[in-house]
Formats: sequence, C-alpha cells, structure tokens
Amino acid sequence: MTDAPTAGSPEAAPRTVLDARDVSRALTRISHEILERNRVTSDLVLLGLQTRGVPLARRIAERIAAVEGVEVAVGELDVTLYRDDLRSQPTRPSHRTEIPATGIDGKVVVLVDDVLFSGRTIRAALDALADLGRPAAVRLAVLVDRGHRELPIRADHVGKNLPSARSERVSVRVEEIDGDDEVTIS
Amino acid sequence: MKHLLSIDDLSVDQIQEIFATAGDMHDVQHRSVKKLPALRGRTVVNMFFEDSTRTRSSFEIAGKWLSADVINISAKGSSTSKGESLRDTVLTVCAMGVDGLVVRHPASGAAQQVAGWVDASVVNAGDGMHEHPTQALLDAYTLQRRLGSLEGKHVAIIGDLTHSRVFRSNVQCLTKLGAEVTVVAPPTLMPSGVGPWSESAGFATSYDVDEVLPHADAVMMLRVQRERMSGGYFPTAREYTVGYGLTRDRLATLHPDVPICHPGPMNRGLEIAADAADAAQSAILDQVSAGLAVRMAVLYHLLAGEESSA
Repeated sequence: MTDAPTAGSPEAAPRTVLDARDVSRALTRISHEILERNRVTSDLVLLGLQTRGVPLARRIAERIAAVEGVEVAVGELDVTLYRDDLRSQPTRPSHRTEIPATGIDGKVVVLVDDVLFSGRTIRAALDALADLGRPAAVRLAVLVDRGHRELPIRADHVGKNLPSARSERVSVRVEEIDGDDEVTIS
Repeated sequence: MKHLLSIDDLSVDQIQEIFATAGDMHDVQHRSVKKLPALRGRTVVNMFFEDSTRTRSSFEIAGKWLSADVINISAKGSSTSKGESLRDTVLTVCAMGVDGLVVRHPASGAAQQVAGWVDASVVNAGDGMHEHPTQALLDAYTLQRRLGSLEGKHVAIIGDLTHSRVFRSNVQCLTKLGAEVTVVAPPTLMPSGVGPWSESAGFATSYDVDEVLPHADAVMMLRVQRERMSGGYFPTAREYTVGYGLTRDRLATLHPDVPICHPGPMNRGLEIAADAADAAQSAILDQVSAGLAVRMAVLYHLLAGEESSA
C-alpha cells in the first residue's frame, strides 16, 4: 500500500486524489454518518484493520468524542491468519489483535480500513470476528472504495469512491505511520 | 525458514519475529473459540521415538488450534518396534502427503538426518542430548515477557548439564538475545569440552550455586535426568539437593521478582523444592502456556507460506 512511487516514466507519477484536508473531511463525514446510524454510542465498537485502518479508527473515535462527548471503544484487528491466500505467498508476520475489554458480543462493530478492493480482507475480518464473539451488527467504513470486488461485500461508509483500473495502485498514507495524510493513484 | 533443527539456524530477527507471532497466538488461548484457520489443509505428524507428555501434547494442540490435521506416532506400537528403520518409517509417513514432521528421537542429530530425507518441514522436538530448540525459544520468550528484554540480564542455568539438550539450546538462544548466562553444575555433570565452548559462545561456568544466585535476574533449574544416568554422578540425592537444589533456604535469598523456570517434568524435592516450584515468582506454568504459543508460531512460520518460500 505504501510502495514508493516509481520514478522515471511520466505515466507512473502518482496523482494525488485526496490531500490531508480531504482525508480529514472524509473522516469527519464518516464519523457523522456512523453517529446518525447509531444513536446509542455505548453499543458501538470501532475495529481498525491492521495496519492503516487502526489510526483511522482512532481518529473517527476522536471526532465522535468531540461531537458527542463520549468515548467509543476502539480495537485493532489483524486478519493475517484468516487470509485465503496464505499459501500462495511467503509467510506474513501477523500483527496485534486487540479487542476492547467490553468485548464485541451484542455490539455494533464498525470495521475501519483504508482501501476496499477485492473484499477478501473484509471476508477474512468477518471470519475473525466470528471467532471473537457475536456482534449485533457489523458495518464497514473505508476511506477509499476503488471497486473490483471479488466477493459480495460493500461498505456502509465511504470516504471517496475512486474508479480505478485494476492495474493502477492506490496508496494511502497516514500521518501516524507515514508522516502525512494523502491518497495517491499511479 | 524450511526447518527448525537448531537455534543456530535462527537469526535474532527471526527469533523476535517468532516471539511477535507467539504474542498473537498467546491471545488465542484466552478466547472462547481457540481456533485459527491458518494451517487449514496442512498435515502435521508428531513422530515421538522417546516418551514425552508435554512437548507432544503442546505440539498437538498447537497444530490443532491452527486447523492443521495432526496425527501422532510413537515408537511403541509403531513399525519401528517391528524393526523398521527410522528412514523407512519417515519415508512411509511422508509418502502420505505430510507437510510437517515434528521429530523427537533419543539419538543426537536424528532430526537433522530426517530433514535430509524428506520434502516436508521438520521441527526438532528434542534429539538425544543435543538440542531442543522450541524449548529454548519458549524459555527465552517467557523470560522476555517477564523481564522486558533479555539484553544484559543475567540468567543462571543450574543442574544436570551433561545430559541436557535444553541447556545447549538455551545457552545459544539466550546469549544470542543479549543475556549473560552462567551455567552451574557439579563437576561430574559439567559436560566435557564446555570450557572452549563457553569461551567462544561467551557464557560463564561455575560449580557454586550460592555464589551465582545473588546476581541472577532469572533462574533456570534443570531436571536431574536419572533415566540417562548410569550412576555415579553424585553420591546421593540428598547430597545433590544440598549442593545444587533450589531449596527453601536458597529461595529465601532470591529477590521476589526473579523468575524461576524449569522445563519439566520436575523432581520435586531433588533439584527444586516444592516451595520454589509453587512460589509466586515461579514461571513454570507460564512456560507451559508460552510453549503452546511459541509452537503455534513456529508451525505457522514453517508451514503457512508458499512451499517454495524456504
């Protein structure tokens, strides 16, 4: 996701589709949408998908706290061990999964990820959730939906719909990990 | 990583990567559904040509929790008891399409040999008096969780060193991770050739427990392996306990934060007093649950990726 732009050919030069202000606005809008759909924030759990979904989930929680004055539970979910392509790639190191102490049973879980592409990561996340508990509902918030779904999965909250060719690369940078906020396509 | 035969095969980064994965696997033990799909469709065979309860069941549960199909073969009741050679037994099992072999054998170097015969990934689960890499990894992982980091920490390994594969693997693993290690044993149970090895590997040796214990940040007691001894290593059990056991008196001299480890099974009252084994600072049961997490991590790193990733 964070591959350095390939220098050289002008076609490969990455084009910025969301700058820092756009990212901020998109997250604010998603936060409001989540609030509108969930009047009872105590039932809400935001689960960021490793790795860039995690800071995005935290930022959404901060915005909800600023608007509503309530702390929403935030967790981290790593789906490496649930992927269906483990065998076709070299072994990937797994990351932390941390579920809030309140658990996810009976809660409305909002999965937060940076890019929605084939839908396979979300499929793996749904499998992981089933092992962790039984949420009342699971929703999906993504910063960018670039299309090309391979599974019947759609997002409930989308920062930006980004029509893209399958051969294009969509890269999301977040300040907490990469030093700045930006979405580029190349 | 294709096989895990010796701690020597692992870099510090690889060890820390296994520990990081083990951290995630540890969390699985507290879940209601203790199952990950990572090794679905893979088959692991535990081949134990020597008695073992904890290592075999630890590997068996580790494989099952990762969704692998696991079967166990022990020497008793297998065709080896009818005179079949190790090579034929291993090749026969592998002809059934096995992905991973966990091998324990009383002969030093057996796992290494098996790895040369088969395409499957081989884990050394203890070969004679040679190595026991997953035990060393779980010990180091347990201590790292307790002490934060092993860098500069002083670990005392005390007991029957001559017959201990745990000691051999542990010295390599702990020194690799930056710990200072002192091994303590009666002269009769100090392996011959330990002198030159200690110099090249950078660990200390001692015959005096009471001199080493006050400086230890962690204490690792080893089992007196009566089944490997032909006698004459020490006069009486009582004398061994007085000289080298972690007795109640010695426990009182330890700082309450110093973890006490033992790879098990324990000879209570011989190398370790019941008070020490059950003390609040005892890490012995932590080692058992860490063993499961570390073995899950090892199986995951060996078997989850593409076959050509070796």
